[in-house]
Amino acid sequence: MSKLGVTPSQTVGPYFAIGLTWEDGPYAAPEGTEGAFWIRGRVTDGNGAPIPDCVVETWQADADGRFAHDDDPRGAVDWGDFRGLGRSGTDDDGRFAIHTIKPGPVPGPSGTMQAPHIDVTVMARGMLARVVTRIYFPEEEAANAADPVLSSLPATAASETLIAKKSEDGYTFDVHLQGENETVFFDI
Amino acid sequence: MTDYQTESGIVVPSYTRENAQIDPPLDYAGYRSTEFRHPKNPLVLLPHMLTEVTGPVLGESRLGQLDYDLTRQHDDEPIGQRMSISGRVLDSDGRPVPNTLVEIWQANAAGRYRHVVDDWPGPLDPNFTGVGRCFTDSEGRYRFVTIRPGAYPWKNHHNAWRPAHIHFSLFGRAFTQRLVTQMYFPGDPLFSEDPIFNSVPDPKVRERMVSSFDWDTTEDHWLLGFKWDIVLRGPEAVVFEEPHA
Repeated sequence: MSKLGVTPSQTVGPYFAIGLTWEDGPYAAPEGTEGAFWIRGRVTDGNGAPIPDCVVETWQADADGRFAHDDDPRGAVDWGDFRGLGRSGTDDDGRFAIHTIKPGPVPGPSGTMQAPHIDVTVMARGMLARVVTRIYFPEEEAANAADPVLSSLPATAASETLIAKKSEDGYTFDVHLQGENETVFFDI
Repeated sequence: MTDYQTESGIVVPSYTRENAQIDPPLDYAGYRSTEFRHPKNPLVLLPHMLTEVTGPVLGESRLGQLDYDLTRQHDDEPIGQRMSISGRVLDSDGRPVPNTLVEIWQANAAGRYRHVVDDWPGPLDPNFTGVGRCFTDSEGRYRFVTIRPGAYPWKNHHNAWRPAHIHFSLFGRAFTQRLVTQMYFPGDPLFSEDPIFNSVPDPKVRERMVSSFDWDTTEDHWLLGFKWDIVLRGPEAVVFEEPHA
């Protein structure tokens, strides 16, 4: 049992953009980083309508699958100006964009290896708590097949919703909060 | 917290999942906009692995010197009741969460947000943006100076008014701890009719979002002090299954 009760979540509301928008928000990796690309996507609701008041945040390892963080038992590494965190509000058409690099594979439990992946938080007006999903990469077929998360999804889960698509300047990753193509979301 | 490397597996801290029991449901009829913005499929359990137990370490270079003081961001002072809000960011084990970014945003004293979509006929204040940022200190303490926000109307139902609140955003030290919530003021008469406040199922848990008035931080002829501690999910001492020999 925990000693203190956890503070509950509330919606970011319609006006989060005044507080959560950073000029460099979308740049998990700064402009000019070697190998950097854009992940672009659109967030839609159960009617297929774009969600214009949504914020998407990403968190990931570096190209070597390492973190600048003490809780990584392999030790923290110095990330220089790589931030690992991307934050993008959506525009009127529900579109977001994150500038980043491809993460390396990251060890999982019991000797498994996780395929390169990016954790994603989605928050919006009309959402009382965040939802969490993951971005995987289409060219990592073998690693994806061995990934402990992807390979243990329930049969009914639409695993293809977790795989980004190649695009001209990087990847496309759409988020469907509800409906026919509903994205797989995780209990975190 | 256990964190060490084994030969064939990596062991990382795991965080409590008690938020699943206390957070509002994503599908909540009282808040109409949730209807088409919640997933209908069951969430898939994600074990806490390296990406989930780490999180951004943001430098203080992100901050301006006066980002913690929302009353000193313009040439003149904003209109309204000057107040401070301070407290600690802790995890559910009672451990402070140091050096973590706390971001806030709020309406002005008239209940109007400086946002292009907020167009109800409450006055804007040219001296108030309504945005603050600070880092917690080594003991997890944070402090903002601001003016007390007003209540504001919204279109959820007839005569709908949100109780006065300040939005808080926290990263904690791990992706699992990410929290966006709202801080309310004690005794607000609007609580009973507010679907967002009441979306938290347990009335006792709702009270965790309510700040308290505090004489110790109230300053004579200057400002009213309010206190509010924020509790993020703490680590759970759980070890992954040992690999087969």
